[in-house]
Amino acid sequence: MDAFLHQVFAGLATGGIYASLALALVMIHNATRLVNFAQGEMAMFSTYLCWTMLQAGWPYWIAFVATVVLAFVLGIAIERIVIRPVERAPVLTAVVVFIGLLLILNSLAGWIYTYTIKSFPSPFPSKAPFGLTMVSAHELGAIGVTLVVLLLVYLFFRFTPLGLAMRAAAQNPDSSRLVGIRVGWMLALGWGLAAAIGATAGMMVAPIVFLDPNMMTGVILYAFAAALMGGIDSPGGAVAGGFIVGVLENLVGAYLIGTELKLTVALVLIVGVLVVKPAGLFGRVIVQRVRGRSRAWKPSPPPNSRRSRPPRSREACAAGRSAGRSWRSSCCSPPPPCPSW
Amino acid sequence: MALVLLLAAAALPFVVSNYRVFQLTMVLIYAIALLGLNILTGYNGQISLGHGAFYAIGAYVTAILMDQYGVPYWLCIPAAGAVCLLAGFLFGLPALRLEGVYLALATFALGVALPQLLKYKHLEAWTGGVQGITLIKPDPPLDSILGLKLNPDRWLYLFTLAVMVFMFVLGWNLLRGRVGRALIAIRDHPIAASTMGIDNALYKSLAFGVSAMFTGVAGALGAVAVAFVAPDSFTIFLSISFVVGMVVGGLASISGAIWGALFIQFIPNVADQVSKAAPWAIYGALMIAFMYVMPTGIAGALRLAWRRLQRRTGRGSQAAP
Repeated sequence: MDAFLHQVFAGLATGGIYASLALALVMIHNATRLVNFAQGEMAMFSTYLCWTMLQAGWPYWIAFVATVVLAFVLGIAIERIVIRPVERAPVLTAVVVFIGLLLILNSLAGWIYTYTIKSFPSPFPSKAPFGLTMVSAHELGAIGVTLVVLLLVYLFFRFTPLGLAMRAAAQNPDSSRLVGIRVGWMLALGWGLAAAIGATAGMMVAPIVFLDPNMMTGVILYAFAAALMGGIDSPGGAVAGGFIVGVLENLVGAYLIGTELKLTVALVLIVGVLVVKPAGLFGRVIVQRVRGRSRAWKPSPPPNSRRSRPPRSREACAAGRSAGRSWRSSCCSPPPPCPSW
Repeated sequence: MALVLLLAAAALPFVVSNYRVFQLTMVLIYAIALLGLNILTGYNGQISLGHGAFYAIGAYVTAILMDQYGVPYWLCIPAAGAVCLLAGFLFGLPALRLEGVYLALATFALGVALPQLLKYKHLEAWTGGVQGITLIKPDPPLDSILGLKLNPDRWLYLFTLAVMVFMFVLGWNLLRGRVGRALIAIRDHPIAASTMGIDNALYKSLAFGVSAMFTGVAGALGAVAVAFVAPDSFTIFLSISFVVGMVVGGLASISGAIWGALFIQFIPNVADQVSKAAPWAIYGALMIAFMYVMPTGIAGALRLAWRRLQRRTGRGSQAAP
């Protein structure tokens, strides 16, 4: 029983990290309809920056905050410089740009910091509090940091004017522009926030997987799976998906087949879930109407509505939102579905 | 025009070094694989990030048949194609339920899972585990052709070229007719397509099967050309390279497959020469640069340039008399 609980806690700890990265993926997806393949490498790079500061003798938490800020700025810079030119390009073009970005970041990190594996310190004491035996302090700390980050993100989107503006820009760019929101900058801010969330995930996972340029390959894969399992347009779903995937991965690895095929089985299970529920566990099912003109190469928003739920009035929507529904439950004007690709 | 190009391609191995011949053979092989991926993604709109898996299946079928059963290499290629056709069709059935990024994840999972499965110890008797299988390069059936000396590399190049021409004619025939129009209709408008009487499920899973077959044939040729298969040569990176090659070459374009193959074969070498320290950074930067300059791929850019040229010369000839 102890061993089982230990596995569950370890799963929750890594699951929290997957949840953070999955949330970052969902944020960028909701704003731009694109899945950022370079998210993991961005997090890896930020973690290296943190390592540099720690080597320079900075105290951990100052370096932590500095890294988050730096990651935020870098995320904005990447959106402005690299992503902006392909904003309106076909989806696969953007995918190739993301892959290019991934290669550049990975290779740069290897060049600057070499490919040797480095250990990364954990800010938490080596012994767990309250005499707990089945969970390490770092795991508890990682879960705690993840939850704090998620809470902050939720509060930001739910209660600040800027958060509202960002949600509006993601949901309906044209109308937002009409009421004076600078949509382009909102997207850039979204990238910055996603990068900052990714950076915290990177710093939390680095003590577990150690620091090297390829440390995020497995993590981003699970985060990707988590985001999709929860439904790529649902932030709450991404978080739930992250924890589910983390626990699932650990239990499958410990009890069913050992570490050799862990990744394979976890992925097969996730795909199995998707086959039963193709829009993810918490995703919106998008119903599409036939329109006159093809929208094959341009991601223009076709009219669509929630299945079994007619479009509601603005008041109903506001009521639904204030009733504490997920912070981007978009019932007034659903965002365009993922364009055919 | 096509004939001249073909003759030039056939003459090429006799004027360059053996290593270059091998690289060009790989270009031809990648071109077949990219055409396969293009049938699925470019024409049918189903994203696959795991086509390296079908490439690996084709390669392993060939390797196992040659190594354990002594089947001649040219017989292995249709066999690998048939196995991949079936595998692709079967994988396409559950994939019918998934769209967009979800399908991308499912295929990605396939691409990640297959190398691990190949290493699995209970399959080692067949696959050779991590060590893989070493093959023998086939000897040319003739010593010389039209007075030009053949060696295994040159022979393989010519053989691959013949297979590629066959596959491209097959693909071209498939895509320009009814089937091709049905695939494009499904990509552009699935609901409208099914109201027009197209069996979406059948065509989509068939597209998966045919696409896997092309890639499997490429994998089989790859196994023969490299004379070695191992799980680590079919990592997810191969699948990603295919996607990159397809997009850089040009989506929904048959000639794009060749441009894309040239890109993924030679540009990493170029990047390596530019900077020894961070070659992949250069590769990534080049990739992004290509996308900025030619968002519809090389084939798309060429088509655009050709059309502009035609318009200009057309206007010129009208003005002349």
